[in-house]
This record gives sequence, C-alpha cells and structure tokens, in this order.
Amino acid sequence: MTRAAPGTARTCLILTALLALSLVCGVALGPVRIPLPDVLALLRAAVVGDTIDVSQAGAYRIVWDIRLPRVLLAAVVGAGLSTVGVAVQALVRNPLADPYVLGISSGASVGATAVAAFGLFASLGIYALSTAAFLSALAAMALVYLVARSLTPLRLVLTGTAMAYGFSAIAMLLVFQAPRGEAARSAMFWLLGSLGGVTWAALPVAAVTTAAGIAFLLGKARVLNALAMGDEAATTLGVDVTRLRRGLFVVTAAMTGVLVAVSGAVGFVGLVLPHVVRLLVGADHRRVLVVAPLAGACFLVWVDVAARLLAAPEELPLGVITAALGVPCFVLLMRRRGYVFGGR
Amino acid sequence: MDVEIQDLDYAPILHGVTLAARSGEVHGIVGPNGSGKSTALRCVYRALKPSAGRVLLDGEERGDIARHLAALIQDSSLEFDFTAAEVVATGRLPHQRGFARESAHDRRVVETALSDVDAAHLADRGFLTLSGGERQRVLIARALAQQPRVLVLDEPTNHLDIHHQLAVLRLVRGLGVTVLAVLHDLNLAAAHCDRVHVLARGRVVASGTPADVLTPDLVADVFGVRAHVVRHPVSGAPQLLFDLQEETP
Repeated sequence: MTRAAPGTARTCLILTALLALSLVCGVALGPVRIPLPDVLALLRAAVVGDTIDVSQAGAYRIVWDIRLPRVLLAAVVGAGLSTVGVAVQALVRNPLADPYVLGISSGASVGATAVAAFGLFASLGIYALSTAAFLSALAAMALVYLVARSLTPLRLVLTGTAMAYGFSAIAMLLVFQAPRGEAARSAMFWLLGSLGGVTWAALPVAAVTTAAGIAFLLGKARVLNALAMGDEAATTLGVDVTRLRRGLFVVTAAMTGVLVAVSGAVGFVGLVLPHVVRLLVGADHRRVLVVAPLAGACFLVWVDVAARLLAAPEELPLGVITAALGVPCFVLLMRRRGYVFGGR
Repeated sequence: MDVEIQDLDYAPILHGVTLAARSGEVHGIVGPNGSGKSTALRCVYRALKPSAGRVLLDGEERGDIARHLAALIQDSSLEFDFTAAEVVATGRLPHQRGFARESAHDRRVVETALSDVDAAHLADRGFLTLSGGERQRVLIARALAQQPRVLVLDEPTNHLDIHHQLAVLRLVRGLGVTVLAVLHDLNLAAAHCDRVHVLARGRVVASGTPADVLTPDLVADVFGVRAHVVRHPVSGAPQLLFDLQEETP
C-alpha cells in the first residue's frame, strides 16, 4: 500500500549525484571558464591543504573566494525556497501559494530599498542591505501575524496579500524619493534576486537556518499530511491545528526572511518546484520534503549559472531566469493529464 | 468504551443535550435539518468546544481522544492529490511518533481498513479522481485505520449506493466498538441501531429502542410527515412507510 513509493530512494540518489555534479559545474562555469579537472584539483587543494602552482593562483581565487560560496549559497537558497514553498502551500491549503504569499518578501524589500535609496546602515558596509532586509522581513512577519490573528488559511492569504501591497507601495515610494538615481536600478536588481558579490560570510546563517527549517518540517511531514485533509479532519487525528499553524508560520517566515536577505526575492522556485516534486513522487509530505530541497538546490545552481553566462559580462537577475523557465514548466504541468492541482 | 454526553450546550444551537452509549452499542442520532446533530458530534470529537457540558469516555474527560475515538466528518476537502492509501495512512497518525517510519503493522492496518470497505482496488488511485461514494468509503477506512474504540459517524451512508450503505453499517456493527452515527434514513437507523436519539431544535426529544422511538406520532411531530410502521418481513425490525402525497398540517 503506502509503500515507500517506487523510486523515491532512486530519485533522491539521482538528485544527490546531480547536485554534486551541478556544484562542480557551477564553479567551473562563468565569464572565466575553468576546466573541470582544475576545479577538482583546486577544491581538493583548498580542503586538504595541498600546494598549488603559482600560475593557478588567479584561478584559485575565482574558485575558492568567488564561485564556491556563490554556488553553495545558490544551492542553499534553492533548497530553502522550494521547501518553504511546500510548507506554505500546506499551511494555507492552497496550491498556488509560494513563500512570498505571506508578505515577508515585500516587507524585506522595504528595508532593502531604504538602504539602496538612502544609504541607511552605512556603517555595516556590504551587509547593510541584507541586515535591513532581514529586519524589515521580521517586522513584516510580526505585522502579518498580529493582523491575521487567527491563522486560518484564507485570513493568512488575504492578510499577507494585502500587507504585501502596502509594503510594495512603501518600497516604490522610497525608490521614487531616492536622492541617488542609481537607487531604482539597484533596488530593482535586488528585488529580482541576485547572488552576485556573495562571500563566505553570508553562507553560515543561511545554511544553518535552512537546514534547521528543513529538519523541523521533515519532523512535521506526517502532521502536514493530516493538515492537508482539512482542519477538522486533522483535529480528529489528534493534531493541534492552531499550534501547528503558528509553528509553521514562524518557521517558514524566518526561513523566507533569511533567504530573501541573502539573495533577494527570487520568484517561481517556491511555487513551481513543489508541484514538479509532487508530480515526481506524489503528494505525501514524507517524500516531498526529502526530494524538494535536492531538486530546488540543483535548479537554482543552474539558474545562477545561466544568470552569469547569458549576458556575460553583465549579470541577469535570477528572477528573470526562474520566471523564464518557470512559466513554461507550469504550463506543461497543467497540461499533463493525471496531475490535479487540487480541486478539479 | 462508554460514551456519555452530559448537558451539552453550544449556543445557540444545542441546549442541554444528554445521551449515553455503553461500550459496543450502536446509537443513531436522527432529526430534521438544523436540529444540531452534526454540532453535537463536533463537540464529541472536539472540533468545537461546548459552552457548557461534558463528554466523557469511560467516565473521564480525556486529552488524547484521537487514540480512542475516530470520526467520519461531513465535509472533507483535499487540496493535493494524495492516493487513497495515503489518505487512509493518515489514520495511523495518533499511534505514531515524530520521525519514525511506518511500521509493517501500520501498513497491514491500512490494507485491512481498505479491504473492509471494499476499496482495496482503489489503494493507488488518486483520492481526487474517486467518485463520491468511493471517497466516502476511503474516509471510513481512514477512521477504521485509527483503530478506535469509539466511532463517530456523520452521515456515513452519504453518497453510498444501497449495497455499500448496508455493507458499511453491517461492518461498523461487527467491529464491536461504540458507535454514534447521525443517520438521515430512519429505516436504516431502525434496522441497525440498538438505540435511537431524536434531536429537534437542539434538544433530545426522544431516546430509546427504534421500536419505542420511531412511532408515527413522533415522526409527524418532529419531521412533519405522516408515517406508518410495518414490521420487516424477515428481520422483524420496525420500518416506516411515508405518505408521499399529503402533508400533515
């Protein structure tokens, strides 16, 4: 019956191998192409402390200081966003929800644009933007939570959407009032998501938050299945629905806040990936929540590669590429027979 | 497991509902639309908190009722395409802990529950692709997978064809658990219940064996329909024949 689904283990294995390959390719590819064997040798040197030829010093800097943190962060953000997407869709019982439906990303954009436009938090240097984005994401989360009061699906979606309009209005106003002309462009670039200029410093917080969040959600997988059956059904199965929703809200909002702070509001990953994963392994959250992080990580590593390559030496915002890939993906999904998004 | 409902109030729907079912008895709750049947059941399975009164299982108000009591609720919605087996497997939730994998025992319980409701062949079908009656049987299977000692059923025969209506009620009787079931069909209630409670405007207006309770007078009084009682030629259970033409004033 509820067999461990034909091929879930196989899907995981394939995706893990694919992820490892993607990470190495992600490091190799870019405006300056570094041959794969060199990448492996340089990574090995960095990890075990081998010596490298002096002619390789430039390549080493690109691999270790620039590309590797960026590729790893792409994987973390992809894994986080697709997992949060799964959880939020279960939280609000709506297959069209994504991590941003709760208004967190629009909240973050207020802080980010304030920094871009007026140079706030200048003392924090390059961390000013992420810090401001995270703080305003937290404020937005608190506001949505307080306004929605009871966290029923419809109230959450409506409150999140309404608040998001408000936050966007503030962000737009900030951009138009900006004394610096460049502000609009840099704010827009941040909003569409970018991993340009990422350093090792951004990685630990994002990685730990994402890992902890995924672990929490995996522990709730069975309960999420019950919640998908409806609040009343979940209650009869012994689930404290109110407490569960509160926990899910806080965890998904915190994850979203951190991810948006390090990478901007990368769209479509959190909406489309959960559906792709359900199509692969079914709706059972015990499988979806294992496969979604792997699939999301692979996906975003390649999106970031595309962002670096397509218009090199310029970089494209990640959101442009995820949307360009996501829309046809979505249309294909909807045309596929046998996949019901819910309802019929 | 004994079930006692004591002086249940849920303003403005229920007023002092009291009834008791001893372990293993099958009790039917009947009454016109809006009489508070579903609300009373909701208080029993704790989806609603009554404004006054208590629900006791074996003489106690219990916290972990999901381990003892399973419910079939009326409106079940599902937003994602779970298979029937996955839906039934959620019934094991009260008996499982955190990260633990589904045990072989859990899987056996799920399989048995599905075949008990004649739905083993639906196990791998998407729940959303099933017909109304098939869905209802899968939901009953989920309640069975909870291995409850009390079964609360809100219109269990909804959407079911006559074969499956009778099969489900026979099955439920055979489980030996205490059953509280809201039934619309008075004849099914008469044939399958040990005792019947009649609700009207939020109060219990009659309780007793089907033969004592389901009388033409009561049916006229509560439902506004004229009825005649006949004996079932085989089982001897009281059955109601309704006057289809005229309405009582």
